[in-house]
Amino acid sequence: MHMLSRNATFNSHGQDSSYFLGWQEYEKNPYHEVHNTNGIIQMGLAENQLCFDLLESWLAKNPDAAAFKKNGESIFAELALFQDYHGLPAFKKALVDFMAEIRGNKVTFDPNHLVLTAGATSANETLIFCLADPGEAVLIPTPYYPGFDRDLKWRTGVEIVPIHCTSSNGFQITEPALQEAYQEAEKRNLRVKGVLVTNPSNPLGTTMTRNELNLLLSFVEDKGIHLISDEIYSGTAFSSASFISVMEVLKDRKCDENSEVWQRVHVVYSLSKDLGLPGFRVGAIYSNDDMVVAAATKMSSFGLVSSQTQHLLSAMLSDKKLTKNYIAENQKRLKQRQKKLVSGLQKAGISCLKGNAGLFCWVDMSHLLRSNTFEAEMELWKKIVYEVRLNISPGSSCHCTEPGWFRVCFANLSEETLDLAMQRLKAFVGEYYNVPDVTGRSQSSQLSHSRRRSLTKWVFRLSFDDRSPIPGR
Amino acid sequence: MASSASKNSLLLSKIATNEKHGENSPYFNGWKAYDQNPFHPTENPEGVIQMGLAENQLSFDLVEEWIRKNPKASFCTAEGVEKFRSVANFQDYHGFPEFRQAIATFMSKARGGRVTFDPDRVVMSGGATGANELVMFCLADPGDAFLIPSPYYPAYYRDLGWRTGVQIVPVDCDSSNNFKITKEAVEAAYEKAKNNNIKVKGLIITNPSNPLGTTLDKDTLESLVTFINQKNIHLVCDEIYAATVFSSPKYTCITQVIQDMDCNPNLIHIVYSLSKDMGFPGLRVGIVYSYNDDVVNIGRKMSSFGLVSSQTQHMLASMLSDEDFVEKFLATSSKRLAKRHRVFTKGLEEVGISYLKSNAGLFCWMDLRRLLKDQTLDGEMVLWRVIVNEVKLNVSPGSSFKCVEPGWFRVCFANMDDDTVEVALKRIRALVGQEKKAQEQAQVKSTKKRWQSNLRLSFSSSTRRFEQEGVSVKSPHMMSPHSPMPHTPFVRAIT
Repeated sequence: MHMLSRNATFNSHGQDSSYFLGWQEYEKNPYHEVHNTNGIIQMGLAENQLCFDLLESWLAKNPDAAAFKKNGESIFAELALFQDYHGLPAFKKALVDFMAEIRGNKVTFDPNHLVLTAGATSANETLIFCLADPGEAVLIPTPYYPGFDRDLKWRTGVEIVPIHCTSSNGFQITEPALQEAYQEAEKRNLRVKGVLVTNPSNPLGTTMTRNELNLLLSFVEDKGIHLISDEIYSGTAFSSASFISVMEVLKDRKCDENSEVWQRVHVVYSLSKDLGLPGFRVGAIYSNDDMVVAAATKMSSFGLVSSQTQHLLSAMLSDKKLTKNYIAENQKRLKQRQKKLVSGLQKAGISCLKGNAGLFCWVDMSHLLRSNTFEAEMELWKKIVYEVRLNISPGSSCHCTEPGWFRVCFANLSEETLDLAMQRLKAFVGEYYNVPDVTGRSQSSQLSHSRRRSLTKWVFRLSFDDRSPIPGR
Repeated sequence: MASSASKNSLLLSKIATNEKHGENSPYFNGWKAYDQNPFHPTENPEGVIQMGLAENQLSFDLVEEWIRKNPKASFCTAEGVEKFRSVANFQDYHGFPEFRQAIATFMSKARGGRVTFDPDRVVMSGGATGANELVMFCLADPGDAFLIPSPYYPAYYRDLGWRTGVQIVPVDCDSSNNFKITKEAVEAAYEKAKNNNIKVKGLIITNPSNPLGTTLDKDTLESLVTFINQKNIHLVCDEIYAATVFSSPKYTCITQVIQDMDCNPNLIHIVYSLSKDMGFPGLRVGIVYSYNDDVVNIGRKMSSFGLVSSQTQHMLASMLSDEDFVEKFLATSSKRLAKRHRVFTKGLEEVGISYLKSNAGLFCWMDLRRLLKDQTLDGEMVLWRVIVNEVKLNVSPGSSFKCVEPGWFRVCFANMDDDTVEVALKRIRALVGQEKKAQEQAQVKSTKKRWQSNLRLSFSSSTRRFEQEGVSVKSPHMMSPHSPMPHTPFVRAIT
């Protein structure tokens, strides 16, 4: 093992976390509405599968773009050769226009400040490579996307210090929490280079308030550090009005290129969530700092966007009729689907954080815990994976400080499957916990003999020593 | 503003502010001359011809034909569109199994079917650029070193060392033995590094070689494998030019060598890509193929930072599993490269320019030593500026490849049509004629002032840029992949 690098031998890729292990179980026994109705339903994957029909119908009417054609002529050779890390100009223009449209055109973006990368995964890592040295730190509010442990820390050698947020105020960021995190870093002799937030938040499914954004900007201004705003869920806010981008707040604070903080705010974007195209690996870094843009552009050499994909999406996103319709329809369908999940959870006596964005709900199952501990959370999670056969993400994998919270995704499965998932959950809660449903009727709580046996069965299945390769994200 | 900018630069990482991206090398500077004044047969016949870009543009017609005949692979039929959502949704870092299978099969065919590859060892990366960096991240820690025979691809400096902190220790080769890599040279470099307390983790070879265009013979490969086994260090074989072999000797790939030798497979890793063999640099298809299971596992996780677009995987899975197409493509591409190489080298011979005899690659390693006024690096730079600014050919000076012998230049010939090749050869004839004349004149009169006056930059007053629309010509008219910074040492050195 000493033959390989430290990167290759330690576990800082973070893929032994339960977030990924749940997928492993799903892969072994995936639900299928015909072939495997007893399988595990995947609710741990934040994918947006609700609006493919809109893109498919556009494709059917516009086959040229996917066929390497422009104005009826083949431009295959040009595209095949195009490896300029500045990106296809037409694509960058279409992308920044799309980003502006999502923000209700309250802000605009300059394509020359946009750097294309292979997905937000690469964008986040690249930004950290540009902003911090090994051993330095970035502050991130909890709960946060488990993949950050890999994306931001693994090869960069940078540390994450959490900003603890709690349910007492809906997990919003507070001034004391920011200061505490900063001091914690100082205590650990870590130089803080910036704060990274996800807005709308994963896993909370909420947009940041103007208050929080102002707080953050004041904080980074005061400390003289960077602010990275990962806005990859911006198009999943149920209404454009409810999403406030950090760029908008900068504008409102009259911060322009003459203010120092202007250059220290960077936005990460991607088409993986808003457009549901994670396979196409389209990410972007937007920065007002020319040096960051220059460095990130060179670094993007390690993960450029396929020219074939840039060309297709450039045509798609340049079609304003499509983008306008898509943004509105996407918001509508997501809102509707979220409502369905929330009501299904309510019927099982489960509440969640009031969300207005994202592809998931942040669900409170703390009342179902044996004790207010993370061990109990893990127990409950395993029951849900093996007994209820739902793969959801435990809050501990998102570094939540309070046990009992789970992220449950709603946009990667059909309505029927969602209904089934809710039925299973309701049945489970009823049988084990005698919890009244929304009508006040309580369910049977008697454990039958066979139930006891299957309880024992899942206890013995608790082995996470299996290190076989974990598929996908 | 200036103080805030410098204050901000303190807030950036060392990596972001150091020069280890290496983009200030003359390799990239020459492109600037091209970008400002690109050759076009009718609209700018006096422009600079791009011969510094190792691209393979000779066989696109075959690929275009395949794409036209297989619209499903591009989501262009109803049946194709049906696949859209499952493809667009697929971000599994294992990649489509069909894609990995197609790549493994193609890699085998590109090596004449003499070896086979296991699809489960195929790991994706962001082009060969991403592949090389990924391999370094897996095998070496910051401060560790890899041996690399020179001359070598200039961007290795960035790809292998920029973000990884890995050092390059060159194994210098020269024309005394046709730039062959000898075991003695490798051992000497290894010992020297060891004596300087540099931890050598492995050896990287590019086979076929860039910039030499030659393939390594079996004996050399075997001796290198023996060496790395003895020292228990890694061997990374960059085989991205595998299918550009166009004449004898036949290509021997590393897989062939190790299957007949007693070798620890955990030390052997291959970097591959479709950028050169198929001419697809824009599609960003890089591959890491390792015989070390741990490297495959970790490499796969790391590939998250540079996966191949599923749209591209989908199309290529279809294209590269079309055996008839692949066989026809490889045979035709090889034939066309052979012909182009023949035409170009004949042109060089006609004016008495010698070159390294080669059997692969998209370029020729030209020997212009006799045209140097001084057999020094400066002498090479002087000649290079003449070639770029006066003769209007962007070629790459050997120094940018860290060649220890001044006077060698890499000139690419597969990124243009036949007519442009003729123009390029004409200009080369003029260069030789002009140099001969200048040398004669210099012998008569005092030389220095005359030389300097010949070297003044003469960019055309109007910079011409070509929009991509409406220019249907095969010669490259696109901006170079990396537009260098405005104030390059190249410019400063003249004044």
